[in-house]
Amino acid sequence: MKKYSAFSLFKHGLNHHQDWQRVWRNPTPKKHYDIIIVGGGGHGLATAYYLAKEFGITNVAVIEKGYLGGGNTARNTTIVRSNYLWDESSHLYEHSLKLWESLSQELNYNVMFSQRGVLNLGHTLQDMRDIQRRVNANRLNGIDGEILDPQQIKEIVPYMDCSANRRYPVLGASWQPRGGVARHDAVAWGFARGASELGVDLIQQCQVTGFEIKNGMVTGVKTDSYGLISAAKVGCVVAGNSGVVASMAGLRLPIESHPLQAFVSEPIKPILDTVVMSNHVHGYISQSDKGDLVIGSGIDHYNGYGQRGSYPIIEHAVAAILELFPNFSRVRMNRQWGGIVDTCPDACPIISKTPIKNLYFNCGWGTGGFKATPGSGHVFAASLAKDEMHELAKPFSLDRFYHGSLIDEHGAAGVAH
Amino acid sequence: MFLIHCPICNEPRSEDEFHCAGEGHIQRPLDPMATSDKEWGDYLFFRSNPRGTYRELWQHTIGCRKYFYIKRNTETYQIYKTYKLDDKSERVALDKEHSNKNKFGDLL
Ligand SMILES: Cc1cc2nc3c(=O)[nH]c(=O)nc-3n(C[C@H](O)[C@H](O)[C@H](O)COP(=O)(O)OP(=O)(O)OC[C@H]3O[C@@H](n4cnc5c(N)ncnc54)[C@H](O)[C@@H]3O)c2cc1C
Ligand SMILES: [Zn+2]
Repeated sequence: MKKYSAFSLFKHGLNHHQDWQRVWRNPTPKKHYDIIIVGGGGHGLATAYYLAKEFGITNVAVIEKGYLGGGNTARNTTIVRSNYLWDESSHLYEHSLKLWESLSQELNYNVMFSQRGVLNLGHTLQDMRDIQRRVNANRLNGIDGEILDPQQIKEIVPYMDCSANRRYPVLGASWQPRGGVARHDAVAWGFARGASELGVDLIQQCQVTGFEIKNGMVTGVKTDSYGLISAAKVGCVVAGNSGVVASMAGLRLPIESHPLQAFVSEPIKPILDTVVMSNHVHGYISQSDKGDLVIGSGIDHYNGYGQRGSYPIIEHAVAAILELFPNFSRVRMNRQWGGIVDTCPDACPIISKTPIKNLYFNCGWGTGGFKATPGSGHVFAASLAKDEMHELAKPFSLDRFYHGSLIDEHGAAGVAH
Repeated sequence: MFLIHCPICNEPRSEDEFHCAGEGHIQRPLDPMATSDKEWGDYLFFRSNPRGTYRELWQHTIGCRKYFYIKRNTETYQIYKTYKLDDKSERVALDKEHSNKNKFGDLL
């Protein structure tokens, strides 16, 4: 694989960028792999990349029913942060944030990670108490965080209405300067390119339709386009389709699939150079490098597999944003879309073995797994390679729902993704 | 956007008058003391989450405030029917569907 550099950009410019090398191979699958990853989203591709790169396991295939990174990876609003409340989750997300900080260099692919900071607003006394608790917990865990008052917020976001006479006045915020946004597609493509170069087979347009299970042990996957492909281990990273894929193995998960939507405005001049989220008015916003305002809010309250989302949510999100930024009232919206998120009762992921030997699941990231893409891939790869769950993944096992050791992140993961 | 026929008010009303209360027909373990951690966990957290036919409990929150069931398709968003809590017909259909499948989660 040719390295990307300023020089290669110049060189290819000389013949009008006509002869760039293909970014990844498009192989037909072998009969057998050491490890099959089901789901070619960011998490699946990152898992394959780290398996090859860090653990030297290259006889690996990623099987994707659509195209690479076309699921929630392509549909999310790209907010990256690690200021979660509990030790278990903040360690996991911070592990990921550290990987983000050098990801473009690691992959030789510009993932446009921009640490522009993330504000989580508080509008009530209780919000502010929760923010104090969370920021202090973050600091004890070595994660950057500050508590800002409305004056300090105003300095960061001058166009936001922080006046005391709003219906939901801004009383303060938590501020994580190392948080920010990244280019979602580039993350999937960068991991795909890296994995493909190290020998991983990326199989697109191939749906897993079942598992081959013998004596309580998975021995392969059944697919629509290539029939049975055998494997020593299988890791499923299928986000909103986790329940569907689990049921192919006769399993149930504590997961429900809901549409989550987002929308972008027409591009406007730079006005917002950070990320603003509010659990209380229930909306969040940032501005992309292209200039469009990227807006999102909550999930549909009922289960669904329609990648669009319901109308009342749009109205609700717009109302929330206008409460904070009345001056955006005449900005026109350009596009709207939805993804299917895999929500968990404690708003935390499941990274776990299952009752079926050699079958692993990495799911339940719900509305907030984009930020975890490198970290999730890394700990999942380590767990698959060593047949033992990585230290950071251990608290996220499936049986926490039986012994009650849930990790309640609803506070830090409300509307904030 | 759903137009939901409330079986109690007996008229179609718009989606935002309602609140979804999750999967329907989930039976609470009858004898708490004799219920294992596994059974409690399954009852509280594990759901079928199908892509297709699904039966859900809903509440007509800003209407009659009564609970009822919706049988609908989670992929096409078609509502097959809405019915009252004491309607046993779907319970029977559900038991039949389940007895045809291998019992979920038994391995854990
Ligand atoms: C609107 C929206 C906004 C979001 N905003 C944020 C945010 O700001 N910050 C954040 O951190 N997170 C956010 N998220 C969540 C984030 O997008 C996800 O948690 C994350 O992208 C999940 O990555 P993944 O690789 O696990 O899933 P996906 O990218 O969905 O990949 C799963 C893949 O599995 C494939 N698949 C499914 N079934 C099969 C099968 N049977 N056979 C083969 N392949 C299969 C799918 O086609 C898909 O490509 C948001 C999500 C949405 C929808
Ligand atoms: Zn009613």
